[in-house]
Amino acid sequence: MSVDVKTDNALFELTLRMGDNALILGQQVSAWCGHAPVLEEDIALANTALDLIGQTTLWLGLAGEIEGKGRRADDLAFLRDTRAFRNALIVEQPNGNFGQTLMRQFLFDAWHLPMLTALKSSADKRVADIAEKSAKEAAYHLERSEDLIIRLGDGSDESRRRMQYALDGLWPFAGELTLADEIDAALATRGLAPALADIQTQHVERIRAVLKAATLKPPEGAPIRKGGKAGMHSEHLGFILADMQWLQRAYPGATW
Amino acid sequence: MYAQEVKSTGKGVKSLEEMEPQERAFQEKIDADIKIEPKEWMPEGYRKTLIRQISQHAHSEIVGQLPEGNWITRAPTLERKAILLAKVQDEAGHGLYLYCAAETLGISRDQMTEQLLSGKAKYSSIFNYPTLTWADIGAIGWLVDGAAIMNQVPLQRCSYGPYSRAMVRICKEESFHQRQGYDIMMKLVKGTTEQKEMAQDALNRWWQPSLMMFGPSDKDSVHSAQSMAWGIKQNTNDELRQKFVDQTVPQAEYLGLTVPDPDLRWNEEKGGYDFGEVDWSEFYEVLKGNGPCNAERMAARQKAWNDGAWFREGLMAHAKKREARKVAAE
Repeated sequence: MSVDVKTDNALFELTLRMGDNALILGQQVSAWCGHAPVLEEDIALANTALDLIGQTTLWLGLAGEIEGKGRRADDLAFLRDTRAFRNALIVEQPNGNFGQTLMRQFLFDAWHLPMLTALKSSADKRVADIAEKSAKEAAYHLERSEDLIIRLGDGSDESRRRMQYALDGLWPFAGELTLADEIDAALATRGLAPALADIQTQHVERIRAVLKAATLKPPEGAPIRKGGKAGMHSEHLGFILADMQWLQRAYPGATW
Repeated sequence: MYAQEVKSTGKGVKSLEEMEPQERAFQEKIDADIKIEPKEWMPEGYRKTLIRQISQHAHSEIVGQLPEGNWITRAPTLERKAILLAKVQDEAGHGLYLYCAAETLGISRDQMTEQLLSGKAKYSSIFNYPTLTWADIGAIGWLVDGAAIMNQVPLQRCSYGPYSRAMVRICKEESFHQRQGYDIMMKLVKGTTEQKEMAQDALNRWWQPSLMMFGPSDKDSVHSAQSMAWGIKQNTNDELRQKFVDQTVPQAEYLGLTVPDPDLRWNEEKGGYDFGEVDWSEFYEVLKGNGPCNAERMAARQKAWNDGAWFREGLMAHAKKREARKVAAE
């Protein structure tokens, strides 16, 4: 029996976007466990993934609450199909080599921290509370990823070449994170989330400063690749979900 | 525990009377339960045995990330994913403390890594078995970490200070690992028929390999006596194996699972279980590199190391540049 509940759709979308970004990136980063170039990186990446999965639980838990249809965080994570995911395209881009994983992380972290910092002032206290906790973790992630981008960009010829290659490939996906649509505009008007134009300024400034120190150059004139926030994904996401959701799909209704 | 068949380089156990004054003073310290610290004199055999044992233990933690890491992306709930990530991360952390402990004996982490990748250094046989279902993650936590704890608790009293202190930290985390493994099993046996079957199948496959973790039978274990005299080893392989069986069988009964051993029965007289002989031919085959996943585990570690060469070199190059800039600025 379905109960007719009026969902705050914009707020629901916000929590899905935040939660799905954390989930898909956490899922991808977790695949490095045991395969990183040095032991310290195995530990650091597991730590990052762990933070992101923890944040996912909070965001998707809140999303289920806002939706009001009885879906829990696990239902949202494991039982939605591709078109219902709201993560930006950048987080579903393949791990590639370690340089690509780091560049993806950096471009994401440089958005994540100012976004979460702004969400601490959200008019919805539940959102503000999650942002408060997550911003501390994101600050650490950014500190780590930007340090590595600088050291590898301004490292050997080979490491610089690889980081530039990673940047060229991922740069077009960075813009979607701060590209506002109607939902973002509505959220900003209601004081639930920041105006993304402000976050964009911070995102771009941070990236430019770090890339300069890393001796890397963003490609010029690259168009923004977008769609994930609205459920239009790349082909990669289906495989990520096939892997992640397999047990839940293969044994419907089982508890683990 | 993850050191099996560690070759001891001592040439038979000497009595105190046969020792030179320096060695005698060293042995007396051990006998008095005083820890040996990195800068103190120690017999070369003691140093070498410890390097072998600690590095084998460290390598096991590193390779041990792989069978469980195999299920991180497929963990069935967000909570299970987070717990498994934390566990595998702990293992990498254990590897790190252990490499540091071994480094105090005069070997570098790069040298140890090179020995692992060339196949010269060993790691525990247990990690050469595949994780085929989610229940294997439960079984590993319950049985493999259970066996590890059995072996590692006494190592907290090891005569070598840095190893002993590393083990104190490690043991705390291992008992959390074992509990989460048992918790996975509990959920499965209370679940659907398919989940119960999955749990029983995992026990069937992991039981014997877990018993092998304690190393060969005492009658075939040639390196134990010297290691025990040096306070590196506190109990024999068979003692620990017996303890493990005695602890684990009631846990299996509580889960409603059957231990796959037709010879298993309670022996009132000894106050413990009698159990069937382990298939030692399989154990030696796995140690030789012929287990079901030896090739895959080594390939994964080699790939991680080789693919990461540019990363490590890039960081070194940056450190050199920074140093040069600092010098130029002065």
